[in-house]
Amino acid sequence: MKFTKTHEWIEVVGKIGTIGITDFAQKELGDIVFVETPKEGDEIKAGTQMGTVESVKAVSELNAPASGKVVEVNKELETAPQLLNEDPFGKGWIIKIELSNPSELDSLMDEKSYKDYISEQGH
Amino acid sequence: METLKRTPLYEEHKRLNGRIVPFAGFEMPVQFSSIIDEHITVRTKVGIFDVSHMGEIWIRGKEALNLVQKVSSNNAEKLSIGQIHYAGLLTEKGTFVDDMLVHKIEDNVFLLVVNASNVEKDFAFIKENSKGFDVLVENKSDETAQIAIQGPSAVHLVLKIVKGADLSAVKYYWFTYGDVLGEKCIVARTGYTGEDGFEIYISPANAPKLWRELLEKGEEYGIKPIGLGARDTLRLEACMALYGNDIDDTTTVLEADLSWILKFDKPCNFNGKSVLLKQKEEGIKRKLVAFELLEQGIPRHLMECYSEEGKIGFVTSGTMAPYLKKPIGMAYLDINYAETGKNFFVDIRGKKIKAQVVNKPFYKRQKK
Repeated sequence: MKFTKTHEWIEVVGKIGTIGITDFAQKELGDIVFVETPKEGDEIKAGTQMGTVESVKAVSELNAPASGKVVEVNKELETAPQLLNEDPFGKGWIIKIELSNPSELDSLMDEKSYKDYISEQGH
Repeated sequence: METLKRTPLYEEHKRLNGRIVPFAGFEMPVQFSSIIDEHITVRTKVGIFDVSHMGEIWIRGKEALNLVQKVSSNNAEKLSIGQIHYAGLLTEKGTFVDDMLVHKIEDNVFLLVVNASNVEKDFAFIKENSKGFDVLVENKSDETAQIAIQGPSAVHLVLKIVKGADLSAVKYYWFTYGDVLGEKCIVARTGYTGEDGFEIYISPANAPKLWRELLEKGEEYGIKPIGLGARDTLRLEACMALYGNDIDDTTTVLEADLSWILKFDKPCNFNGKSVLLKQKEEGIKRKLVAFELLEQGIPRHLMECYSEEGKIGFVTSGTMAPYLKKPIGMAYLDINYAETGKNFFVDIRGKKIKAQVVNKPFYKRQKK
């Protein structure tokens, strides 16, 4: 699993990457009540906004950890956005993409670097 | 950089793992467990809020009533001793310096409870307006802590803690005095949640002890400490205005749809009277409405509102309502659209999302 500075994760199996937000992100946001995602077939580009996550209190951008074509969207989030709070690395996954440039993953953080990164942020 | 103040309950919030944020010059807890959980706790059980940041301004003296009448939109002459009402603190333009609760303590003594962010401004404004009046105006905000106990079980809990007062006989928007941990306190049946509840005014020294006592004795009712996040969603479901969002010194009492606190017939002049009378005769051009989204999305403060023709207003407050479980908000809309049942659009990050004006409030508790 790899991580972005904006607190998304991506887990790659073969050519397919599953994307979500981290436990740190869901805690910071609080109760998540709405998730806006790209649609199946959309192309997303690494480092650019691909959707939004809204908690009761605030709106947060969802950025693409890698580029590719969206092959599946977690439909359960339409009715149960709280899955992002309850199980951010599992049932709270957001989309799956077919990677167009797997080498982009090299610039992302691994778990240890990400842990260091969030502790540096003063939490 | 401005130094942030702390309420006497700051250490309690830290101990309870409250997430502390800067608010109105104070370090305040925005949430303890989660906004939704805290919100539902207040709607179904009981929650306590640290509202010590609120301002307390006392007006005493022979002409106390006259001064209150001059600056307030409401008619304080109608208040009995022990009674409270909501009012606007008015500018000469009929707009809001602030909104407030006016407590009639004695014939010549009034307590105005005002917003934390406005205390200094309000105090200076009332002092300025008091020139020529035989009154003493005092800002007792730093010497007063305040804890709100809100929810259907609030009355049972408060009865266990406040001695020497028949609280079940105190009606909504009245207060009494009670013995709280040996201190004589004002115990008012008021709140900012749409639920039944009380607000206790207590010395800063005794506030932490009262806070802990409430949590301990409230355990059997499922009590939780509540942060500012849920305070905001609770008041919005109940359609209670938030100064700085829904009302400010650019919005008049009439535009804010608060004509029930505007008493033209009180037997004296008051700030903004002539402007407001004129506005009433000519008709207002915009009005604060309540609305729901008919499509997915969440309205937020300052998002723009549109008709098919163009811009018709802006959102003042909005959220996903935790109890009602739908996206709700308030907005100033062009008067032609400010009617229950009318449809319009909210611009949410470039998308026009369908909305409909609904009756206020969104949430009303079932009275027993």
